[in-house]
Amino acid sequence: MFENFIASIMTIEGAAFYVFSILTIGLFSITVMSKNVLYAMTSLAAAMVLISGFFFILGADFLGVVQLVVYVGAIMALYSFAMMFFDATKDIKEKTTNNSLVFLLGGLSALVLVLMFAAPIYSENIQALYPMHEGVGNAQDVGMVLFTKYLIPFEVAAVMLLVAMIAGIILAGKKMDESLTEDMSADDEILIIKDEK
Amino acid sequence: METTLVENLPQVTAAGVIIKAVLILAIISALAGFGTFIERKVLAFMQRRLGPMHVGPYGLLQIAADGIKLFTKEDIVPQHANALIFKIAPIITAATAFIALAAVPVFPDFTVPEFIPLLGGTFVPSIASDLNIGVLFVLGMMAAGLYGPLLAGMAQANKWGILGAARTAVQFLSYEVVTGLSILAPIMIVGSLSFVDFNDYQTAGIGSWMIWQQPVAFVLFLIAGFAETNRTPFDLLEHEAEVVSGYATEYSGMRWGMFFIGEYANMITISVIAAIVFLGGYDAASTFGWLTIMLKIAFFFFLMLWVRAAWPHVRPDQLMWLCWKVLMPLALLNILITALVLLG
Repeated sequence: MFENFIASIMTIEGAAFYVFSILTIGLFSITVMSKNVLYAMTSLAAAMVLISGFFFILGADFLGVVQLVVYVGAIMALYSFAMMFFDATKDIKEKTTNNSLVFLLGGLSALVLVLMFAAPIYSENIQALYPMHEGVGNAQDVGMVLFTKYLIPFEVAAVMLLVAMIAGIILAGKKMDESLTEDMSADDEILIIKDEK
Repeated sequence: METTLVENLPQVTAAGVIIKAVLILAIISALAGFGTFIERKVLAFMQRRLGPMHVGPYGLLQIAADGIKLFTKEDIVPQHANALIFKIAPIITAATAFIALAAVPVFPDFTVPEFIPLLGGTFVPSIASDLNIGVLFVLGMMAAGLYGPLLAGMAQANKWGILGAARTAVQFLSYEVVTGLSILAPIMIVGSLSFVDFNDYQTAGIGSWMIWQQPVAFVLFLIAGFAETNRTPFDLLEHEAEVVSGYATEYSGMRWGMFFIGEYANMITISVIAAIVFLGGYDAASTFGWLTIMLKIAFFFFLMLWVRAAWPHVRPDQLMWLCWKVLMPLALLNILITALVLLG
């Protein structure tokens, strides 16, 4: 068992895997533990970048880049954008009532998750239901599975995103046809305030 | 997807890739310095001025003077700023810009002459890392470059800085959509995400260039590229007309210089993508081919300066209006029509 571990570290993939795993776990723990918004945000984004490294090790280049574009480029950027409304240079005060209970429950659920995913891999019963086609590119393979086996979930997800988009536009767009900078009444208000002074 | 072109070339070794990486770093960083000189000269001649003239012949040593100034300036970290993130932010901008350059072909491939000790005979490839999904990788890396300005703005404890960062985030996020969608139509035609395949698709002379098949995508990509590299008329990230300089308000010296180098590296990356995807790329068989792609890249670089001299910049609300109400629908329409033509 221990020799296997040493041998796996010696290969490039093995070494890269351990480096990426340690860094990812370290960065995610900073995200959870840190009281500073900026540290939490930066480490979360960096860990998202490193996760794409796992896809590259597995030879799933396409998914790796999708991880980069979607999680790092879009989702994390939106988080960060929301974080701009807070004072990022100050530490936040957390309201924690029962630290040990949170730690226990969090640790237990993490352990259960690891066991759930590790059990089939350990007994080597895991098999690809839709294995890669030889000589076909990554993007094409993903497309084939997406448009045959998973067509309905894919389309449902698309409809859900469309609904969310329309809802977002309606929520945000109440005065969308009026330009804030061209609004003359705003200038009038400023002038009135000046006159009063 | 293997291409016959790659198979004929000698084995790419780790040493070759490292030499290539060092070359990219050295040449592109130097070009960023030289680019500022060219920019000032071109702007000056277009506006009937002389530009920098005092330092050296035709002001050529101005680059050295600027470099010395950047390196020797006092390194200031504001008192209430988050010092660690403040220092990391410019590195993110420069690093992502250079990582993006790793996947595009810059300069021809060559073999180090035998008479040089240690490295003699090493083959240096034209692309440092030839990915099958090069186009997506470059776009994704440039998207990750958003974190430089964003973290810089949030870490510096400055109102103008955070406002500038917010503006940067909005502009980058919006125009990334247009860049991705506009380049999707050529990808559909070629059926590959590799730059080598794009180049091979257009080897039959000027008539086979992608620009004739996809003129709309070309214009959209160029506009979005200008916005993503902070060029006039979309230079609202730093906004030189304001006295403060957006997200970089508190930065000085080499930390500011790194933002600057990252920006110029991104300009070159956008020029390379435009030259390969739309203007026929390089012809690997002849040495002349590499000269033509250099000329194409130089043309796009010049175009950016030309536009800066010719146009004023837009207002932020016009910028958003242009992106979401004009460019994005056009890009979607272009994809739809391309798909219908390909299916029919």
